[in-house]
Amino acid sequence: MHATTVTTFGWLVLLCPLVGTALIALTYRWLPGRSAGWIATLAIALSFAFSVVVFVKLLGRTPSHRQLVSSLWNYNLTSGVDARMQILVDPLSVFMILVVSGVSTLIHLYSVTYLWEDRGFRRYFSYLNYFVFSMLLLVLAGNFVLLIVGWAFVGAASYLLISFWYRRTTATRAGLKAFVINVVGDVGLVLATFFLFQHTGTVGFLRTFHEVRHVFSHNDADLVVACLLLLVGAFAKSAQVPLHTWLPDAMEGPTPVSALIHAATMVTAGVYLIARMHPLFEHAPTAADVGAIGGCLTLLIAATIAIVQVDLKRVIAYSTMSQIGYMIMGVSVGAYSAGLFHLMTHAFFKALLFMAAGSIIGAMAGVQSLDRMGGFRRALPFTFACFLVGGLALSGLPPFSGWLSKDDILGYLDHRGGGFLILGIAGYVGALLTGIYTFRMIFRAFFGEPVEEARELEHGHLAHAEVPRNPLTGEEEDTDVGFPGPGHFIAEREWPMRIAMGTLAVLAVIGGAIQIPGVDDAVGRFLDPSFADSRLAHVQVATGASWVGLIIGALVAVAGITIAYRVWVVHVPEASAVQARLPWLHRFLVNKWYFDEAIEFVVVRPALWIGGVATSMLERLVIGDIVTGGATGIIRAGSAAVRRAQTGFLRYYAAGMVLFISVIALYFLVSS
Amino acid sequence: MPIGWYLVVSALIFCIGAGGVLVRRDPLVILLCLELMLNGANLALVAFARMWGGESGQIFALIVMVVAACEVTVGLGLIVAIYRRRLPVDVDELSELHG
Amino acid sequence: MSAVFFFIAAIAAVTGAIGVVSLRNPFYAVLSLAFHLVSLAALFLLLRAEFVAAAQVVVYAGAVMVLYVFVVAYVGGGESLPSGAVLRVLGPLFALALVIELSIAMLGSGLSGVKHKGAPYVLGFGTPGHIGNLLLTKYLFPFEAASILLLVAAVGAVVLARRRAGLEDTTEGETPDAIRISTAQPGYVGTMAEAAGVRPSPQEEPLEPEVEPVGGSARVERGGW
Repeated sequence: MHATTVTTFGWLVLLCPLVGTALIALTYRWLPGRSAGWIATLAIALSFAFSVVVFVKLLGRTPSHRQLVSSLWNYNLTSGVDARMQILVDPLSVFMILVVSGVSTLIHLYSVTYLWEDRGFRRYFSYLNYFVFSMLLLVLAGNFVLLIVGWAFVGAASYLLISFWYRRTTATRAGLKAFVINVVGDVGLVLATFFLFQHTGTVGFLRTFHEVRHVFSHNDADLVVACLLLLVGAFAKSAQVPLHTWLPDAMEGPTPVSALIHAATMVTAGVYLIARMHPLFEHAPTAADVGAIGGCLTLLIAATIAIVQVDLKRVIAYSTMSQIGYMIMGVSVGAYSAGLFHLMTHAFFKALLFMAAGSIIGAMAGVQSLDRMGGFRRALPFTFACFLVGGLALSGLPPFSGWLSKDDILGYLDHRGGGFLILGIAGYVGALLTGIYTFRMIFRAFFGEPVEEARELEHGHLAHAEVPRNPLTGEEEDTDVGFPGPGHFIAEREWPMRIAMGTLAVLAVIGGAIQIPGVDDAVGRFLDPSFADSRLAHVQVATGASWVGLIIGALVAVAGITIAYRVWVVHVPEASAVQARLPWLHRFLVNKWYFDEAIEFVVVRPALWIGGVATSMLERLVIGDIVTGGATGIIRAGSAAVRRAQTGFLRYYAAGMVLFISVIALYFLVSS
Repeated sequence: MPIGWYLVVSALIFCIGAGGVLVRRDPLVILLCLELMLNGANLALVAFARMWGGESGQIFALIVMVVAACEVTVGLGLIVAIYRRRLPVDVDELSELHG
Repeated sequence: MSAVFFFIAAIAAVTGAIGVVSLRNPFYAVLSLAFHLVSLAALFLLLRAEFVAAAQVVVYAGAVMVLYVFVVAYVGGGESLPSGAVLRVLGPLFALALVIELSIAMLGSGLSGVKHKGAPYVLGFGTPGHIGNLLLTKYLFPFEAASILLLVAAVGAVVLARRRAGLEDTTEGETPDAIRISTAQPGYVGTMAEAAGVRPSPQEEPLEPEVEPVGGSARVERGGW
């Protein structure tokens, strides 16, 4: 297959969502009814179709010829920086665009229903398409320049979508928080690019990777710094400790946004980054180790916090954080295909979980608190089934996809041994906690005594709040633009939601089948050309060892589910008893390990103090009074002094003239 | 007489005129003193014309006379206008143009 | 012989100048200036500038001085006010300094012609014929410019000093209400436009035949724009 046709389809993949967003943004006034939603969904569906075409065509080429670069435009070639508008179509990027566009299509479909009665419907779909475009740009970028562009666009899209309901103060604050932390990551990414460019002299990916080995020595200080800066970027985008505080707040956005951005796609950008930059990380193992440890810490911390969270969406958010920790850990140590496999399966079941959460929140008329939910099993059977499938996949129970992918990573870690074994064990502990918090969520929401909304729903009456309220603070709102619309939708009644959730549920169940150890290695083999230059990727875990790991993982998951069952179904007061015995632990976890407070103290307060000092002293005193006032004051004093010569008396003027003439004549006399 | 004497006389007349401008308060007399200064300059010009032999100095002196006449005309017109307006005809009182 | 005439004419010119400067009565000052101009004409003659001397007598002493005499007669000369103390001393001082400097400059400089009596005499030097020839050939442009200047000055003088429409200077009539502009300016503030009759003046104090000394009120109003 000719290289340009493959890359042409690559450009088409990018073009569809861009056209979608521009079309909706420019013609929204004339779009009839809810067509904006269908247009957006169609755009992404086309993008997915083109991705499949690219995938097929790429398979039609020999494995060594599967890294294709295509430039559309030269930004600047003269000043030594080879900045082009360039995409890199290779197995890794094709894998990512398949996942991104596929899951995005389903989420668009879901959103059409979810926001049907929202006044900001068209704005939403314009933003959502823009986000998908940015994400595809990010993963298809062929050089650092376009990567940074995509990175920044994704951050902007995230901000726009988190604060979508912009009249909610909590939402706008969350959006700002996310954006600021993202910018920190952006800075890291850009600085890393500079560091690399300084030595390699190129910004293109393939050339950089080729040059790395020649330009840098093993564990060269500059390379380690560059990789650490890349990690800063990855951690900010993927919400890893310590740049993670924005993710739970980001749940202020509509649930489909949480599903798309903060579960399946944007937060995986960091994983993609590390996987893409694997030659750099393999050449600077110190940075890779930092990444692995960061991922490990995150997965443990997030899992512990998720156990005590009361807001349904925030439990799932911390779960995302934890799972991304697995992925980052995986790709940092060299388990690239395992990490990316987990990215794919996670996209499926996490998006599914969020969609199901959206359904139950709709049934609760906007309330998100687990304390108020209970016994929805009979009222929401389909949602329950989806939640269950997602939860089982997340916990890692066979034969669901999450089991295979998570334990793929952990098996690799165990195989590499040494310090990585500790990370592996931590991973299993995390898996136990995962089982616990996931099923805590499910048992509390769906088991037990049905709450009033559930009982009404069993009789066919969907609950409705008389006064719309902010789910977090309880403030009163209205349903005009800037706040959520009046409609609440559940999967049982809306077919688009059912199609989307059903598809993801099926994928969550069977998705793992493509990478069963000893049976097939589809993901690994497909991604091989991207990682052909990697030493670590070719470490093959023995099938037997893999199966041992898988069995341990399954047992851990069962243990976790059993604990959850015991605490929250069999003996319900046990939860409060444990809480009463360890109040300090509970407080510590509920306050999210006090990260927000720490950042407030270390970063926010000094910044505000500097701002205050700058305003009162620098701005007012120095610039206002001294510089501006001083300059004008001097001139004013000078002109006042000179003004006194303008007396109005003619004869004084004449006297001055005569005097001056005398002086000048004297000067000339003396000098001659 | 050596031309130098004429130049000294011209300087003397000029400076007497300058002194008069500074000392007198009546605008009419100030204009008269201005005439004095112009005449001093005229004398110098004609003396130099005699010194060098060409008539350019004399032509210059004629033009200066023309200019002086114009200036006197306008100046006297001003004084008449001031007088008509019942303003004090005194340069020390007419000092509104100040900063 | 010419030296004697030179000294007579020079002393007369200087005397006339001093007379202009020091005589209190402006009329006498004008006469003194006329005397000075005539003696200057004599000096010109001594310098062989016949036409200039004639022009001096005819134009300067004849026309310009007559004009002065008319204006002095019209305006009157009630100058009994002394000049300011400071300038009474400084003025002559500056002038003295200037004359000394000029003398030094002229006599002490390296000007070569200062010691001589002048260039060799060319026949016809200074005659009207020569002057006229130069005026119409080499110095045509200054000649024409000077005539335009004269025209402008004449028009300007007429505009400046004409009577405003409908108003006598001794009896201030009522300005019609429609065109009276009341401003915050003190009464005696004048502008060229008012002098030219374009903008009517604000209402003034009631009329009196003779010019009253407005020094007192003027001092109070000064500086109040």
